[in-house]
Amino acid sequence: MADMKPKGQLKNPGKVIKRLMSYLRGYNLRFVVVLICIVISAAAGALSAMFIQILIDGYIVPLTMASNPDFTGLLRMILIMGAALLTGALAGLAYNRIMVSISQGIQKKIRDEMFEHMQTLPISYFDTHSHGDIMSHYTNDIDTLRQMMSISLPQMFSSVITIITVFVAMITMNLYLTLFVLLFVGIMLFITKKIASRSAVNFVAQQKEIGEVNGFIEEMINGQKVVKVFCHEEEAKKDFDARNEALCKSATAANTYANILMPIMNNLGNLQYVLVAIVGGALAFFGLSPVTAGIIASFLQLSKNFTRPFSEISQQLNAVIMALAGAERIFELMDEKSEEDNGYVTLVNARYDESDNITEAEECTEMWGWKHPHGDGTLTYTKLTGNIMMNEVDFAYVPGKTVLHNVSLTANPGQKIAFVGATGAGKTTITNLINRFYDIEDGKIRYDGININKIKKPDLRRSLGVVLQDVHLFTGTVMENIRYGKLDATDEECIAAAKLANAHDFISMLPEGYNTVITGDGGQLSQGQCQLISIARAAVADPPVMILDEATSSIDTRTEALVQKGMDGLMYGRTVFVIAHRLSTVRNSDKIMVLDLGRVIECGTHDELISRKGKYYQLYTGAFELS
Amino acid sequence: MIKKLAGSIREYKTASLLAPLFVTLEVIMEVLLPFLMADLIDNGVNKGDMEHILKTGAMLSGVAFAALIFGIFSGKFAAEASAGFAKNLRHDLYYRIQEYSFSNIDKFSTSSLVTRMTTDVTNVQNSYQMIIRIAVRAPFMMIFAMIMSFNVNAGLSMVFVAFIPVIALALGLVIKFAHPVFKRVFRIYDKLNNVVQENLHGIRVVKSFVREEHETKKFRDISDEIYRDFSKAEKIVAFNMPIMQICVYACILIISWFASRQIVFGTMTQGELVSMMTYVMQILMSLMFISMIMVMITLSKASAERIAEVLNEEIDLRNTDSPLNEIKDGSISFENVSFSYAKDENKLCLKDINLKINSGETIGIIGGTGSSKSSLVQLIPRLYDATKGIVRVGGEDVRDYDIEALRNSVAMVLQKNVLFSGTIKENLRWGNKDASDEEIEKTCRLAQAEDFIQRMPEKYDTYIEQGGTNVSGGQRQRLCIARALLKKPKILILDDSTSAVDTKTDKLIRRAFLEEIPDTTKIIIAQRISSVEEADKIIVMDKGMVSAFGTHKELLESSRIYREVYESQKKGSDENG
Repeated sequence: MADMKPKGQLKNPGKVIKRLMSYLRGYNLRFVVVLICIVISAAAGALSAMFIQILIDGYIVPLTMASNPDFTGLLRMILIMGAALLTGALAGLAYNRIMVSISQGIQKKIRDEMFEHMQTLPISYFDTHSHGDIMSHYTNDIDTLRQMMSISLPQMFSSVITIITVFVAMITMNLYLTLFVLLFVGIMLFITKKIASRSAVNFVAQQKEIGEVNGFIEEMINGQKVVKVFCHEEEAKKDFDARNEALCKSATAANTYANILMPIMNNLGNLQYVLVAIVGGALAFFGLSPVTAGIIASFLQLSKNFTRPFSEISQQLNAVIMALAGAERIFELMDEKSEEDNGYVTLVNARYDESDNITEAEECTEMWGWKHPHGDGTLTYTKLTGNIMMNEVDFAYVPGKTVLHNVSLTANPGQKIAFVGATGAGKTTITNLINRFYDIEDGKIRYDGININKIKKPDLRRSLGVVLQDVHLFTGTVMENIRYGKLDATDEECIAAAKLANAHDFISMLPEGYNTVITGDGGQLSQGQCQLISIARAAVADPPVMILDEATSSIDTRTEALVQKGMDGLMYGRTVFVIAHRLSTVRNSDKIMVLDLGRVIECGTHDELISRKGKYYQLYTGAFELS
Repeated sequence: MIKKLAGSIREYKTASLLAPLFVTLEVIMEVLLPFLMADLIDNGVNKGDMEHILKTGAMLSGVAFAALIFGIFSGKFAAEASAGFAKNLRHDLYYRIQEYSFSNIDKFSTSSLVTRMTTDVTNVQNSYQMIIRIAVRAPFMMIFAMIMSFNVNAGLSMVFVAFIPVIALALGLVIKFAHPVFKRVFRIYDKLNNVVQENLHGIRVVKSFVREEHETKKFRDISDEIYRDFSKAEKIVAFNMPIMQICVYACILIISWFASRQIVFGTMTQGELVSMMTYVMQILMSLMFISMIMVMITLSKASAERIAEVLNEEIDLRNTDSPLNEIKDGSISFENVSFSYAKDENKLCLKDINLKINSGETIGIIGGTGSSKSSLVQLIPRLYDATKGIVRVGGEDVRDYDIEALRNSVAMVLQKNVLFSGTIKENLRWGNKDASDEEIEKTCRLAQAEDFIQRMPEKYDTYIEQGGTNVSGGQRQRLCIARALLKKPKILILDDSTSAVDTKTDKLIRRAFLEEIPDTTKIIIAQRISSVEEADKIIVMDKGMVSAFGTHKELLESSRIYREVYESQKKGSDENG
């Protein structure tokens, strides 16, 4: 990112607030109720703060003067007050509870929208953003929003109302004293701002150090076994201590500023109390203003109630800034551009009509077709056969750094096409282009004669089965993991797929068989077993075209041979792309493409390539010199 | 548990004690304030006595200033103590984990270790700061304010004394109902994080199976659960404030009724009423804080327990009292060795292994998926201890060696290997931190890594990203091999370490081993027959047992499994001529 502003500093708070406000839509009525309740509750708060003045000036003083005090008026006032305060407390309860619904609802909405949007982002987004960082949007950033919405905002709002109420009361009582209090509050705010900004700097530093320490911990603990094997413990400790020390330093500083803010605000309030008494006394003494002892006493109490909400607001300010920064980061993710999909050709169930033309079928048929709408409103149907053609394709992950040059190939339905070449030759890249994880720079890729840019991405991908070298399973039972390939597959279908992938035997040996719960990284299973499950997952999807990217690299060759047999049965009549280091895996391919540095350097069947005595021959004989 | 964690306070004990001490002083000052204020009003303002105003004002300012100073100190010490405590906790955890054996690490998953060191420590840090500041402040405030209010007017004080049990009960109920819901919320949060994490890692799978909607639904379901439970918990907590308010208001009104009568009849002053009201607020606010702290502490209790678990974990691999530091040679023998990860004789993954390997030999290991090849070799550098039997290196039981000395002589390239963020050179120096540039280059040539390193823009100073994501799988494996070679080990173990390297390079690496480090015992686990067929001897593993042990030729004759593997890899070339 070009923006070098440190984390925690807001770029455009106004826009973030406006966007957050837009989430209130749908809560209009409830939000109005909340506002009314906050006003009532804050008014009750202000009332209770001024209650003593009312009591002293309105009742106690006159009653003391009276020769025969009558307490019924006082009792009535106390009862009315009680009713008012009770209403305030209940209003507080009401707005708190409604606010919980609103803030949790908004959070849920943001969370869901964020995840849904994330699913639409192109693969390149995930390549370039650290997973830890994305995760923190769902945890820290959302949590700061919760804090702000359910705690900080209502409190700040009610503080503001208290300030206004008390201010009006003060100004009606005495202008000069009010001005003096205002002056003092100005000084208080100035000091708060100074401390708060110092605190913010340290806070940002602390967040950064936390990120660094956590990153270090994550990396080292994940590589802990390597640390042990290399007896690297002492060095690891030293590196850790240095980072840990730095974090401790900035955490101490940040917390110190946060901790001393309250005592400073409180005691400045106390100091103000004294000064108001002195100024008031002086005013009365010199008769500059009509000030009575009663007014000063009341004013003292008021002024205290005036400054308290200021310190309350200042306490919440940090939380608000953090939340806005969090919201900004969330919105950044939500504003990332989705994968573009301008395709309009869709995949449908197909059948032959009376005149032997392909047409769309309502029911599930064994046949699939591409539904191709044209500009003039007509529809044509093409049978899905699995013919894939690449024509002079160039590709670059980063513009200017071309990694595939002029790649052309034709895969006819039912053919097995293999990609062979050193690491970094571009084998995986080619398969990533077929399912449009990335878009090509130049050239054309056609699927059954249709430019793949015209095919809707989900339909394109549904027609391709992919098994990757890095297996990713999801937490859940083995059965659920296999069913991931086809969500409406029956248990029988899943088991049949597992048998095909030669995974049935070991799954049956697991403690709970197909119902054994596995965790995402497949912890309890060996790498090879995970691969077998992922093959079963692709098999159950039963796609017309399969891409196997080092799908069997961790499976021993004997098991692989068995898997291969099953797969060959499955793959009969289907197009398969295979990437493998093990040449034994690719030998029976219809076409072997040898890649080097992003170019196809040789292409042909095993026999053709062997007789050509080129690069493939070298690789092959390198592997089987003895034979 | 508390005792265990308290052991990490150490040098921050002083700060941890000074913080509450200053808090106490601060509280005393704050409690004095309403008393002085009452005096200021009664004897100064109400009587128009300017001199008294100035005198009491000066005293008030002095007390406020003292409170300010004490407050600043308490804040400072509390910050110091809690940040320091957190630092020591992280330190202790990290050092403890460094001592962990492989089976200790297996027991906790790495991701749970990471959470314990990060989130859990932060939770405990926050609670600790709360405890030494507010947990001290609140009760003291309550006690002092109580004393002062009794001093002012004992009769009226009885009013809020009567209210205290009511509030305590109400807040107790709130905690009782909210706590289990909160606990559940945190568990669901773990689930949510897991879904997001798996989604991120497996995004290619999600996209190729077009399962975006399925994933979104999965996420939404959990998100819904959080919404429901979190709302429920917060709605219960929402009772806290109104209960407090109602009690405070009730106290104020009742007191003001009686106080008004007393003032009117001259047994109480206006100033005393004002200070009484302040004490009411102080006492009830402290109760509020106490309830808040109790919620916080119960919530962070789970974190504290998780931290204590790591610290209390028994480390199951230790040096003997007088360990051997010298490893004679690279010979290895297994004598009746059985092994189980669970230390359970009914769940053995290695059964009755007997092997003899001479120093300097090259040994290949072949076997099916899950045949315990890795388990076998992990016993040699004592990453795990054999459950039964003896593993010997250089003629001595591996348990008699100093672990570090043993592992420095037995270099192992793990199957799931990692590089760390840092330059290539820094990564390689893990093997030998004093290695010269020439040595490093020589080793890289041996591991066939020199070529691609030279092609990189910064060569040996190229920065490797976390997890080694900016080098390909084959390059990563070669760097890992070079790193192990730099140790100049007596035994080198490659656990399927060339699976992503093409066959030609693989062959070059093996040839270099043969020529450059002939005295090192080399153990190579591989899937490819070609990787092991030149070995002096080959072990065929099957279901945790040595099924055959011999040369390529011998095994082709005697081992059915070996022959099958061989055929499966060779078949095509025979058929095709």
